[in-house]
Amino acid sequence: MLTCSLHEAIARYVEDGQTIALEGFTHLIPFAAGHEIIRQGRRDLHLVRMTPDLIYDQMIGMGCARALTFSWGGNPGVGSLHRLRDAVERSWPGPLAIHEHSHAGMAAAYTAGAARLPFAMLRGYIGNGLPAVNPQIQSVQCPYTGERIATVPAMNPDVTILHAQQADRDGNILLRGIIGAQKEAALAASKLIVTVEEVVDTLAAPMNAIVLPHWVVNAVVPVPAGAYPAYAQGYYERDNAFYLAWDDIARERDTFTAWMERHVLGTPDHAGFLRSLPVASRERSEA
Amino acid sequence: MAAPAYTPDEMMTVAAARMLWDGCVCFVGIGVPSAAANLARFTHAPNVVLIYESGTIGTRPSVLPLSIGDGELAESATAVVPLPEVFSYWLQGGRIDAGFLGAAQIDRFGNLNSTVIGDYARPKTRLPGAGGAPEIAAHARETFVVLKQSVRTFVPRLDFCSSAGFMEGAGARGRSPATGAGPRAVITDLGILRPAADSEELTLCERYEGVAVQDVVAATGWPLKVAAQVETVAPPTPEELKLLRDLHARTRAAHNRPAILRALKRLP
Repeated sequence: MLTCSLHEAIARYVEDGQTIALEGFTHLIPFAAGHEIIRQGRRDLHLVRMTPDLIYDQMIGMGCARALTFSWGGNPGVGSLHRLRDAVERSWPGPLAIHEHSHAGMAAAYTAGAARLPFAMLRGYIGNGLPAVNPQIQSVQCPYTGERIATVPAMNPDVTILHAQQADRDGNILLRGIIGAQKEAALAASKLIVTVEEVVDTLAAPMNAIVLPHWVVNAVVPVPAGAYPAYAQGYYERDNAFYLAWDDIARERDTFTAWMERHVLGTPDHAGFLRSLPVASRERSEA
Repeated sequence: MAAPAYTPDEMMTVAAARMLWDGCVCFVGIGVPSAAANLARFTHAPNVVLIYESGTIGTRPSVLPLSIGDGELAESATAVVPLPEVFSYWLQGGRIDAGFLGAAQIDRFGNLNSTVIGDYARPKTRLPGAGGAPEIAAHARETFVVLKQSVRTFVPRLDFCSSAGFMEGAGARGRSPATGAGPRAVITDLGILRPAADSEELTLCERYEGVAVQDVVAATGWPLKVAAQVETVAPPTPEELKLLRDLHARTRAAHNRPAILRALKRLP
């Protein structure tokens, strides 16, 4: 386990062409890490996330991705992810292959990946059109009852990146709140990078807490507010106003590109990104 | 006649809320389903158990969440479980009474499209996709579908089937591996449709005040079946309207509050 800067962790572990999963179901989305991947100009990535959310909208729009595996691709409660739509509908900035699942199917794929099984079963995709357009969705016959049961291949990313509340000095990671399929995505990966709100002396984790022990973690990176504009339970709330504002920012290619150039490419790191945002400058000028 | 003192959207949300019963275990999606399920909790069903797919079981938010994973859902929940568990143990395991679904298109057998408009490979409009809906539609004991009614949404043939209703009708669903019974009602901004006993085809059974049966037929993209006796749904009570409007007002205020200041305080 290595404690390092975000720049160093991405430079060391994330390579062009890899399959990478930045997980976090609405909560604890590793935005800072996604932005650093954009800054370092990674290309031809196969991006994996149940809900691509704004972070993959940004990575797709900035040309990092060749393929996307996902199960729900909207801006939650707001509407479309315009950059994802532009890529699928008009191949901008390049063609994007999509491998689409249901949430249940994708959760099962991570679970099989973590258990190092070749595939997962679920009583799913019933009367659903996805098996006709996603050849990964197959079925097996139950050897005991004869029932046909849907299968999905295990998802084993080259790199999974998570954001968590805390790490201790040995690199043990504690997540709390809504935890999605992060544990499964972490254990399914070849390499695991975790950004954390803070490094503490002891985690004081409840007995049944979600803890990822240090020997499954390749790199721990302290990044305060690293999930913003998503949230970290106990530290800061989801910025729903930002998610609402993103709809206008991302609707057109030029407004999107200008915003990304100014706030992501034009800033050296996540602290710089946060300080560049309009509410931040207003607050500073008032202070 | 004076215009009604409520909007068609409010009538739709209230009618959907009335479908839930006290103690019902309900799997909730974002949008009108979430507004309806929480309105039910604030009115006639205080013990409704709301589950959002983010893993929050028995959640009691004070405002409507913008996403299925807002922090208040976790803070006010009885338990927060991992997402693979939500879909395998709780939904597929048969522990959900009612699923609440929306969609971009519906057909006469209550099958739903939330994936694409146009061809899948070259879509005219790429929609967000199905998320949790295919398995909610399959495994909740029954489902309620909420969407506005127009010939654009009530179509003779779906562009894509994301979630199964009664499939081809006439018992097709019962012969499938789906464990739940399928749509019990489709609640629109004009009235309420229910499946016919044998054909399982959606049939107009109730309409709202001020809506003619012909209006509903005209807003349907197939020759809509109409029950012999179409009942009129009671309009929202003053209490229902007040609670719904208060909920929306609290929600708007909460969602427009920038949360960046707390995030900035995290910086060194």
